[in-house]
Amino acid sequence: MKEDIINILADATGRDASDFADSSEDLFADGLLDSMATVSVLLALQDQFSIQVPVSEFDRSQWNTVDKMVERVKELQND
Amino acid sequence: MINWIASLPNFTAYGTPIYFVYLLLAILPLSIGLYFGKRFAWYEALVSFIFIFLMFDGASWQQLISLIVYVIYQTIIVMGYHHYRQSNNSSLIFYLTCAVSILPIVIVKLSPAMVGHNSLLGFLGISYLTFRAVGTVIETRDGMVKQISPWSFIRFMVFMPTITSGPIDRYRRFEKDYQAVPERTAYLKLVNTGIYYLFLGFLYKFIIAYFFGQRFYPYFEKAAMADPSPLSWNLLGVMYMYGMYLFFDFAGYSLFAVAISYFMGVKTPMNFKQPFKSKNIKEFWNRWHISLSFWFRDYIFMRFVFMATKKRWFKNRNVLSSVAYMLNMMLMGFWHGITWYYILYGFLQGLGLVVNDWWLRYKRKHLKGMPHNTFTKWVAIFVTFNFVMFTFLIFSGFLDTYFFGNTH
Repeated sequence: MKEDIINILADATGRDASDFADSSEDLFADGLLDSMATVSVLLALQDQFSIQVPVSEFDRSQWNTVDKMVERVKELQND
Repeated sequence: MINWIASLPNFTAYGTPIYFVYLLLAILPLSIGLYFGKRFAWYEALVSFIFIFLMFDGASWQQLISLIVYVIYQTIIVMGYHHYRQSNNSSLIFYLTCAVSILPIVIVKLSPAMVGHNSLLGFLGISYLTFRAVGTVIETRDGMVKQISPWSFIRFMVFMPTITSGPIDRYRRFEKDYQAVPERTAYLKLVNTGIYYLFLGFLYKFIIAYFFGQRFYPYFEKAAMADPSPLSWNLLGVMYMYGMYLFFDFAGYSLFAVAISYFMGVKTPMNFKQPFKSKNIKEFWNRWHISLSFWFRDYIFMRFVFMATKKRWFKNRNVLSSVAYMLNMMLMGFWHGITWYYILYGFLQGLGLVVNDWWLRYKRKHLKGMPHNTFTKWVAIFVTFNFVMFTFLIFSGFLDTYFFGNTH
């Protein structure tokens, strides 16, 4: 799952997957993710993992690293 | 009754140093309670009521009535929609609810331009309350606001430290803070930070903003008005003095609101984060009037992009982001008021974001070898600062007087 999420991030931002190698890095603070890319990530997560992530669920402090994204997606899948 | 209310003294929030003495004395019992792990909800309601009353009594008593009617109106909408949402979820009803919720502010903002005088529905802070109410409706639709009572919603809406000018909090965040009394060490840390913010606020609002706004600005204003040429050094002086005044006045006010919230055990979000350090306009909006710009980001920009992407309204991502930036900032411009200078301000901010995005893309594609050092950083800060100052000059409305002789 981690790899899938990294691929989604790379797709959404137009960067290399290697930019997301550090899975505890804050994606928003480092400017890797902006609002535009965030929406692409959300939509891709919904499609690939068949989960519902409303925009207002997207509390940045809970989705700001690759590790946390994996965790949140798992949580939402179990809901 | 009305005559009596109209005759009482009025206290603008954080207007004078003595106001702080009264306010701090009044909330001292709350602090003592929080120190011992208790929230005195009834006492807090009483103190809040008295201080809100004092903001709107005297000559502004009509605003007090408007405020009460407005809060009841929004409470009915939010509770009604929350009830509806338990079993239904139609988009049409959602949009209608939002429309009904923003109706009062639309009337208030349109009135001066349409009928030539201010609407009776208006009161100081109506914009900020609208953001809170509409935000709550949106999060209810998303199923994020699960529990809400009229009482908890009203408490959130009229939270006394932030009622007239923000920062704009979110219902879920506020309620979470409110329900949990902080640990003693955490509370003491809040108080500590709050005291620091309070004194920083004094420095900003009562000293620095005073000099920029009351001393320097009038000097340049007079000199600029006396000079018949369309552009002058004095106009540049007006621009910088107004921009600096705007920042220190508003940031100082926001620091007060955050500090008092902290004393009351609520971590109201910060509104400013050293905005003039920004290296581009996008970064600027992450540092300037943050609670407003994040409101627009989360509830307008992201939702629009989300829907447009899902429904494939645009083939090109860059076109979509440009449209979304313009929509976002134009709306913000209109929100400030229906005058040419507010709308132009919104337009320029939108354009700034579009150009900034285009430049970042161009740089990444074609200028891989471009140097990146302290010098380029300062150039970026300089350009951003001056662009922002220019947009503030437009925002100030001074040019309406300067070029067209309209007085405000």
